Amino acid sequence: MKPVLLIDFGSTYTKVTAVDVGQEVLLGTASSYTTVQTDIGEGLQKALNILEQKTGKLDFAERYACSSAAGGLRMITSGLVPELTAEAARQASLGAGAKVIRVYSYELTKKDIAEITASRPDMILLVGGTDGGNSKCILSNAKKLSQTEPFCPVVIAGNRNCADECEELLENWETHVCENVMPKFNELNIEPAQQEIRQIFLNRIIQAKGLSKATELISGILMPTPAAMMAAMQLLAEGTESESGIGELAAIDLGGATTDVYSIADGRPVQANTIVKGLMEPYAKRTVEGDIGMRYSIWGIVEASGIERISRLSGIDARRAEEMIRFLSENTEQLPNDEEWERLDFALASLAVETAMTRHAGTLEPVYTPMGLAYSQAGKDLTEVRNVVVTGGAIIHTKRTGEIAAHSLQDPNYPGSLRPVRAEFLVDRNYILAAMGLLGQYYPDTALKIMKKELVRATR
Amino acid sequence: MEKKTLVMGVIGADVHAVGNKILYHAFTGAGFNCVNLGVMVSQEEYINAAIEANADAIVVSSLYGHGELDCRGMREKCNEAGLEGILLYVGGNIVVGKQVFDEVEKRFKAMGFDRVFGPGTPPETTIEALYEDLNVQPPEEYEE
Repeated sequence: MKPVLLIDFGSTYTKVTAVDVGQEVLLGTASSYTTVQTDIGEGLQKALNILEQKTGKLDFAERYACSSAAGGLRMITSGLVPELTAEAARQASLGAGAKVIRVYSYELTKKDIAEITASRPDMILLVGGTDGGNSKCILSNAKKLSQTEPFCPVVIAGNRNCADECEELLENWETHVCENVMPKFNELNIEPAQQEIRQIFLNRIIQAKGLSKATELISGILMPTPAAMMAAMQLLAEGTESESGIGELAAIDLGGATTDVYSIADGRPVQANTIVKGLMEPYAKRTVEGDIGMRYSIWGIVEASGIERISRLSGIDARRAEEMIRFLSENTEQLPNDEEWERLDFALASLAVETAMTRHAGTLEPVYTPMGLAYSQAGKDLTEVRNVVVTGGAIIHTKRTGEIAAHSLQDPNYPGSLRPVRAEFLVDRNYILAAMGLLGQYYPDTALKIMKKELVRATR
Repeated sequence: MEKKTLVMGVIGADVHAVGNKILYHAFTGAGFNCVNLGVMVSQEEYINAAIEANADAIVVSSLYGHGELDCRGMREKCNEAGLEGILLYVGGNIVVGKQVFDEVEKRFKAMGFDRVFGPGTPPETTIEALYEDLNVQPPEEYEE
């Protein structure tokens, strides 16, 4: 037996997962409150004690961790045109597992700089212009930033022809230059920036957040939790040399404050005479719906779907439903404890899944041209994706998982939304995906086999 | 010579892709750096691409007769977006039916287009105009 410990320092819970990489099995999971104010090791020790009550004493050969504690990796990005380099910067940051506080476009103003300074991000990503293209914007932004006191690392990933100049302007700041996120028009190149972001996270952010005490116990905090989740999804889709993956997939992580959606799919048009519009989207894409969550962001669900739909899906009178929602928004720890509350949570979860997936997936619009009907596609076409992975408390701890997950599929009445048409739902019932993303960095075959074993199919 | 950058594409709901490809090859061969937006391009797409790529000219094609509607207000939008003075070309079957070209040219110039090319213009004519307006020499390997 060779037990390995995977730790996820979440904003609320510290989750531990033990696996035996010899037998390639999951040994157990446990969680306890994250203790970031005092010593993050306390919460970890508590979680470990609970785990070892279940599994017996374990002598861990290796320990790896990911973290979204202390606000996660908070980033601000700045690009040129909102739909182009500014969007590329957003995609790069989200894919690296960051929480994007704000995306700026065009030249920053004094007020913007004051806002950025006040919001104290962990990192700033500065982009703009294709290689050999616009340099005015990124230079102006670097200059404005250079006039304030440095407070965090800056990643420069814009027009390569002025990267040196940006670095010189920001000489008082810690700068990291990497390849342009959009070297040619509409050509997305976000991996180099993402690697840089992860490296900085590893070397700097962990210490700055007082998480380093914990790192003495473990072999290091490798990445932000969403990046671990992304890594797990990519591994599950693609497989390894010796173990095949399950193919293209989408994944939904329904939380209390946000809902994250991932897709590992190329997303190109399925039908003929379709013209793709807008920025090309990354093959491994992550979106975060900051206004869609089961408790802290509960009103966002109401706003997106309307109280009427919540009422219809839950079978609860609209006025009563609103009352209950108000209660939940003020009592965020409240779990459904009877049949009526379960019905409400079912409706909320279903609509959260629907909204988040609709925003993540692309759209298809018919265009009537003088030469006949054509289609214009924006974003990714996920209609052929056959696997949807679901995780998050509200979706795992219910008997109606399949019904909730089904809301991620395309609604036949709105074929313009390019969500999966038919898919199998894979449920992360033990909450191990982030852990498997971590494990996959060292033992990809084992992580993949455990995921295949542990993810259970839900039926509608 | 430093390469000049063009943004090109077929405007509006027009899906004529062949001429667009031919022009792309002709312009690239003539030493220009081309951002080709393909077919069904909106005014905003040309403008956004021109900003990011710091383009020297926007070359608009239209083959389906609705170019006059599609091109209206484009110069004003360029000005709004900070692309004052950018070279704007338009060419193809840009109006409905057969009309006197002089009249058509006048109308498009009034809209702010620097050059207007009628149906059947060979790419070389546009390339010559680009050399002249952008004040550049053809690359050595370029032969007409």
